[in-house]
Amino acid sequence: MKAMDKNEQPAEETRMPHTVTIEDTGERYTCAGEESLLSAMARLGRRGIPVGCRGGGCGVCKVEILRGEFDTRAMSRDHVDDADRAAGRLLACRVYPASDLSLKVVGKLQKSVCRTDRQVTPVTR
Amino acid sequence: MAMTGVLRPGHAQVRVLDLEESVRFYRDVLGLVETGRDAQGRVYFKCWDERDHHSYVIRESDRAGIDFFGFRVLNKAELDRLEADLNAYGLATERIPAGEMLETGERVRFTLPSGHAMELYAEKTKVGNGIPLINPAPWSLQREHGIGPVRLDHALLYGPNVAEVQKIFTEVLGFYLVERVLTPDGNANAAVWLSCGQKVHDIAFAEYPEPGKLHHCSFLMESWDQVLRAGDIMSMNTVPVDIGPTRHGVTRGCTIYAWDPSGNRFETFFGGHLPYPDYETLTWTFDNFGQGLDYPQRKLHETFLTVVS
Repeated sequence: MKAMDKNEQPAEETRMPHTVTIEDTGERYTCAGEESLLSAMARLGRRGIPVGCRGGGCGVCKVEILRGEFDTRAMSRDHVDDADRAAGRLLACRVYPASDLSLKVVGKLQKSVCRTDRQVTPVTR
Repeated sequence: MAMTGVLRPGHAQVRVLDLEESVRFYRDVLGLVETGRDAQGRVYFKCWDERDHHSYVIRESDRAGIDFFGFRVLNKAELDRLEADLNAYGLATERIPAGEMLETGERVRFTLPSGHAMELYAEKTKVGNGIPLINPAPWSLQREHGIGPVRLDHALLYGPNVAEVQKIFTEVLGFYLVERVLTPDGNANAAVWLSCGQKVHDIAFAEYPEPGKLHHCSFLMESWDQVLRAGDIMSMNTVPVDIGPTRHGVTRGCTIYAWDPSGNRFETFFGGHLPYPDYETLTWTFDNFGQGLDYPQRKLHETFLTVVS
């Protein structure tokens, strides 16, 4: 089911824990290849990437992968278009590391109920 | 109450990113009954106690969200009348031919100012709930599979122009406003809960800058215990849970919000008060929205306001 992206690692590699660095905050955590960047962060009680639907549908966990190898699963084109994919701007809930990896957060909990006519300060925690 | 016109939510069609993964989720984890597949590749489901052929349809797409939400109306004369009333109000409608959706008659489709496609229809094949109409048992074994909700209960949709949407539902479609949350300045409604019968809501809307968004489709459970059991089954299957189990202040319903494998939120819901059309609307100020959403925790969960598909 996983689409292979930038990576042809053998299956046993997916069990190796990799180090993920959130460059915005310097936060580091470990994530094995069978777990998404987002769910490993949330499970370890770490912060930095906004947590939303965890299924590739809502777009709030968008990150830009700066370094590292990874696999991806399907995510909504409402939030990730071809240019995003080419630039490594992806939803963290659908990215599975295949090496140590660093990223910056681009997702924002920006649109919200009642925030219709004013700019809102991005909340990226 | 004599029920005429719009009777109840009849179906939702939701987009998923991986069809078979989603079929396994809806059939085996949520415990819906799969009732058919069509030439377009859509998969049809119903809840165990629903009698009509389907209430929840999924199709594979490269984006999540909702295609349309449909209401069952009393009969074809009411369908014609409601379409004429919508047109007289100034809303364009189109007729989707009978059979375009499996086992379903002609549908009247229109688009709300919130960007959501709505449908009305009068005919859908009654396949029954597996229990005889003569001397029926209270439930069938289908109830014991997965979470096993009773019916598709309602949907909450996010989009702009909620005031105009409210007018269409109350002035044309015969709904009434059960509860509302005011905007922070108190001059408008941030969210509205609308009923066409004696349910605490059949559809709800919240003001949101992007049109056509799905907040959740809700599935009715028979008890609070069944909601807790649903939470157990979600965790056993690592379903991502958003909020709950808890109780809403708005509606008084008990709830868990969680997401399907494509990030479409769904709810397992139980309870709620029983309004009548003559009851006064219940109003929540925005600074009490936290209690409205999660009464025990009094917390305005950020994901409720920001995460949609």
